[in-house]
Amino acid sequence: MGNAKLIIAALVVLIAAAVFYMIGQPPQEKETADSGALKVGFVYLTNPGDHGWTYAHEVGRQQLQDHFGDKIETSYVENVPEGPDAARVIRDLVAQGNKIIFTTSFGYMDPTLQVAGEYPDVYFDHITGYKRAANMATGNIRFYEGRYVQGVVAGLTTKSNQIGYLGAFPIPEVIQGINSFARGLRSVNPDASIKVVWVNSWYDPVKEADAAKVLIAEGADVLAQHTDSPAMLQTAEKAGVKGFGQSSDMHEFAPNAQLFSSVNNWGPYYIDQVQKVLDGSWTTGEGPDHWAGNTWKGIGDDFLVLTEFKNMPADVAAKAAAARDGIANGSLNIFEGPMQDNEGNEVLKAGQVMDDGGLWAMNYYVAGVEGKIPN
Amino acid sequence: MYEELLLTILLTSVPLILAATGELVAERSGVLNLGVEGMMLMGAVAAFGAASLSGNVYLGILGGGISGMLVAGIFGFFVLGLATNQVATGLALTIFGTGLSGLIGAPLVGKAIDGLPALVIPGLSELPLVGVLFQLDLLAYLSVLIVAVTSWFLMRTRGGLILRSVGINHDSAHALGYPVLWVRLGAVLFGGFMAGLAGAYLPLVLTPHWAEQMTAGRGWIALALVVFASWRPWRVVIGAVLFGGVTIMQLAGQAKGWTIPSQFLSMMPYIATIIVLVAISGRGRIQFGAPAHLGKSFHATR
Repeated sequence: MGNAKLIIAALVVLIAAAVFYMIGQPPQEKETADSGALKVGFVYLTNPGDHGWTYAHEVGRQQLQDHFGDKIETSYVENVPEGPDAARVIRDLVAQGNKIIFTTSFGYMDPTLQVAGEYPDVYFDHITGYKRAANMATGNIRFYEGRYVQGVVAGLTTKSNQIGYLGAFPIPEVIQGINSFARGLRSVNPDASIKVVWVNSWYDPVKEADAAKVLIAEGADVLAQHTDSPAMLQTAEKAGVKGFGQSSDMHEFAPNAQLFSSVNNWGPYYIDQVQKVLDGSWTTGEGPDHWAGNTWKGIGDDFLVLTEFKNMPADVAAKAAAARDGIANGSLNIFEGPMQDNEGNEVLKAGQVMDDGGLWAMNYYVAGVEGKIPN
Repeated sequence: MYEELLLTILLTSVPLILAATGELVAERSGVLNLGVEGMMLMGAVAAFGAASLSGNVYLGILGGGISGMLVAGIFGFFVLGLATNQVATGLALTIFGTGLSGLIGAPLVGKAIDGLPALVIPGLSELPLVGVLFQLDLLAYLSVLIVAVTSWFLMRTRGGLILRSVGINHDSAHALGYPVLWVRLGAVLFGGFMAGLAGAYLPLVLTPHWAEQMTAGRGWIALALVVFASWRPWRVVIGAVLFGGVTIMQLAGQAKGWTIPSQFLSMMPYIATIIVLVAISGRGRIQFGAPAHLGKSFHATR
């Protein structure tokens, strides 16, 4: 049937039109050819409406725009898959005249490096990667610091001494978080321990909810997560147990269950980097040769912000605040010896403090975490 | 503890039962609709939208079903009205549903609703272990009822016989005077309604919020389940509970400290499907009940 081909062609055109309509949505598509404003581009992994990772970057972009006003012009491309296709999108942003481009997910590392090589006079800033070039810097947040405070609150809140923890994938960043949580937990409650369940996905609300139900059935009464959806907190709310939000404030989803949430605050970093471009003083800075990033800051620099401590007694909130402030002013070292892994082997001697390289080389659970890291 | 795990398994199976039963009827009439994932997402976004705007979860259920049916109507128009390729159109429907649901759902992100309440049946729900069967919600009870009615309709009624005959040989059915395309349209719309209900179950019961692509591949599992069930409604229930059971047990196994790698358990449902597919292809399609004209376009002129 000749007709069938025509129809399929029509269908393809229709879908293409729908797709282009959606792609054409970014609200920042103003044409300002000679306004002289510095153009700043962003590459997003998902829709900024995800209420998680990308949402936090979008908030940072808005802070950046508000901070500089007319002096800069920001734009973003959303839903960019990680991998080779990202290079095309980044090149597009260069072609549109962006002078500094932030690529906001780990998987953009190689594409960003590739495009950075092609355009030496454009600055690139990659989030959470470890590969660099003369015109490509990396930035990251010390997410694990917030998890120590979570551990403190969990240790003082739990009655069953059983904490449930949802992990996405057993990679160094997630292991760091679990260990940091365990350090906080054991600092206040030596009898409590953590059961970890790997969901094998960053984002699968139904599976996250299922894992939360399983952990509650296993006796956990405080839940933590290193996955992206609010499903775990909603499950906790329904079951009457407590939990912590991820990346952004999730108390609307769980008004009685959320103890607090660690919020990624990218604004200060973006403002810093763009200021340096405006001043002509942009450099990659002194970066260590591991995952930490040229810039790796946490609670002390407001890169990580903890939301209000809720649904807990005042004395618990006070201890949480003390831990937060101790981390911020450097008086509290999360990974300071004596520290043992969960099989009893000594990792740090008394008084010894782990350096950033050690943080990214963690392939063990510290005391307080049950089980083994899957290979 | 085991009762809570069992309850979780049952709840996680419900959307699979709903979607797979709908797809089963469509496939029995000879239409392969690969757009289940897209229809589920449209059902999910419509259900959440209706429930959060009206404040009534039951309207949400209805909205989800109707939305799934409307999208299935588009599919039916192309596949039946214009005789387009079913596989290509079905895939297009999934892409279309994914994108459109994201667009419609954008203003709904970040909102929460009170989910569908559990209807606990007094007395029966107190029973040890089997009591959890009586602690479910309206849609879950409904899903079992729908399977029962579908099974009865397909196997015990004249209408069901006609539907099956259309799927087995549309030319013969046409020669006997049955309206092949109308029967198929009905089956496709039913499939869409059920996929919509399945989608609705996610934001109304399992995770009371809307998020883009929240089905995370469950539409494809439903499609695999139809094959797994060899086109028999009750086997869909068994398959769905098995799939749900493996999913939950791999999570529970981690919490209990079993040493089996979770990645291995995660892939078990897919391995089971592949084994069934191999078994089916080895022993002949007819014996296992695959409709002979599944996926073939019908032209009345021939």
